[in-house]
Amino acid sequence: MEKNIFGDTDLDAGVVDRRIFVDEEIYRRELETVFTRAWLFVGHQSQIPNPGDFFTSRMGEESVILVRDKKDEIHVFLNSCRHRGMKVCRYDSGNTSLFTCPYHAWTYSTDGKVRGIPQYKDLYDGVLDREKWGLIEVAQLVNYKGAIFATWDKDAPDFETYMGDALMHLDMALDCRDGRPGGSEVIGVHRWVLPTNWKYTAENFLGDSYHNPSHRSVDLIGIGPSGRAGIKGRRDGELETATHVWINFPQGHGVHSAVQPSFGNYTPPASDDPEIGEYFAECHKLRQERLGEESRLLPFTGNFFPNTGYHGGQPRGLVVWHPHGVDKTEGWRFFLVDADAPKSVKDYLRKFYMRYSGPAGMTEQDDMENWLYASKSCKGVIARRNPFNYQLSKDAAQQNPIVNGIQIRGRVTTQMTEHMARGYYRRWMDYVNDADWDTLMGKHDPRHNVVQAAE
Amino acid sequence: MPDNTVSAPITRDDAYFRLRQEVEEFYYDEAAMLDERRFDEWLDCLHDDILYFMPMRFNVKFGQHAERENTTADEGMSWFNEDKWTLRKRVEQILTGVHYAEEPLSRVSHLITNIQVKEASPSAADATEIKTSCRFFVYQNRVEHETYNYVGRRYDTLSRENGQFQVIRREIILEQNILLAKALTTFF
Repeated sequence: MEKNIFGDTDLDAGVVDRRIFVDEEIYRRELETVFTRAWLFVGHQSQIPNPGDFFTSRMGEESVILVRDKKDEIHVFLNSCRHRGMKVCRYDSGNTSLFTCPYHAWTYSTDGKVRGIPQYKDLYDGVLDREKWGLIEVAQLVNYKGAIFATWDKDAPDFETYMGDALMHLDMALDCRDGRPGGSEVIGVHRWVLPTNWKYTAENFLGDSYHNPSHRSVDLIGIGPSGRAGIKGRRDGELETATHVWINFPQGHGVHSAVQPSFGNYTPPASDDPEIGEYFAECHKLRQERLGEESRLLPFTGNFFPNTGYHGGQPRGLVVWHPHGVDKTEGWRFFLVDADAPKSVKDYLRKFYMRYSGPAGMTEQDDMENWLYASKSCKGVIARRNPFNYQLSKDAAQQNPIVNGIQIRGRVTTQMTEHMARGYYRRWMDYVNDADWDTLMGKHDPRHNVVQAAE
Repeated sequence: MPDNTVSAPITRDDAYFRLRQEVEEFYYDEAAMLDERRFDEWLDCLHDDILYFMPMRFNVKFGQHAERENTTADEGMSWFNEDKWTLRKRVEQILTGVHYAEEPLSRVSHLITNIQVKEASPSAADATEIKTSCRFFVYQNRVEHETYNYVGRRYDTLSRENGQFQVIRREIILEQNILLAKALTTFF
């Protein structure tokens, strides 16, 4: 029998073995079992508006091309020539009618088909079947409200099934601020390498609100949207009067959202700029009219299994934590605004996003410091004999409770918790064990199949 | 806000060399303030209307570099696109003592080189607005084993009033595509 590669990990007890963040064997298996099966975020349609437009992205450790073909259809291909594997595209984005391999000059059209093979007639005729040697394409792709997700597994459930009840939280990140579905655009992508295991970052975005003290420096000085008005904190307090909800979903997703007690409790951001503030107030009013009571649910942060995180408001965008070796992660941060927002609003938002987010952002620099030194500890022999504590708010969750008059679907707490992380690692272990899709969707997880009476 | 484009090559006469030496001294003073962690003092080197800008950089097809290689200050995301308020916030953050990405403080040395004056108006002899270019090598050592080397170009517009220089526009071109550092906590 195989040794237990998860070591002392015991999620019932709320402990996780440090080896899962540093073990090469586990990492190799993750690449094979998690990143070849799960739905992964690749890019956004606004990055490739015209036929022939492409954006070079990643899935797991591998380079992929997101491209809109000449017939306006969106594809995702492995960025590797079928002959000897050279990248067929080494530009970050652009427009093309052909992808040409620099090595032996095989060419592929934007729909991935082989277009040209040098000296084909003399050297390959009757042997090489051109139909079979096009670019390797993902098994499934979805354009969900402009966000392109893909999976290499033809047997994976469709995207909406995969997302389950977490989908409405993704909606809140992708929809316009006035509640219209979709309508967002990507205004830029931060890409950087950080020295940590990819699960550290994904787990943080699941809704680790307990790490709040690490951001004390920005809270003290005030860098939020209304920071110029002297308001402290790193965000404006639009969620201050809300009841926060921490939700774990059977598929391993986790989010932190919030429910306003009533319509009147909302403070729009941007109190330092009346014109911008008015724009947000108007958006909020329209959202209320459009969504009714449901509009009291507001987004904060989350992570969709395995590595697509999001911020739902301040700032707003998706982030993918690509594995880049067992102890490195490549962060790709896609920033979102309403495509039809006035330029003044987009300027206001992007400047806030820049001072808040990513490696140059005053808030997240401190995250990077913690992720580096925390994950580095997992290499120590003595350290690894002592697992991590994941017991925060253990056994405090309820199934589908009513919060401030709205039913919140999933396993929910209204206090800070690590139950999203506990649920995430349960599913993660199922993937690494190569479980069937029913198991990966949490159908055999008793925690998600107990019918609890609503409040 | 002035941009950094240069209209015509400058004449390299005595006035040019004298001005360049003054600029060099200013840059060395500035580097010393940063390396010696006199951050508040450094802020005084920056004009109240400063634009401090570091674009992100892309791999683009030959021939598209001028148009598409770098992000611009006017729209979208970059690494830095800030004014004096934001830069002051960055200094305040370090001074809280709980900005963990700079607590304990890194050891940093700014090497500023290849300094040239590209344009001086109204003239090199009595310039009040000066456009310069230079190279930087910024070495950062953090905690114990963390080391980062930032190499790139800087295109500045300086203002000079009563003999005092201030940076009114700074464009920092870091020679990287995907950022190879975990955090940009140092100033350039």
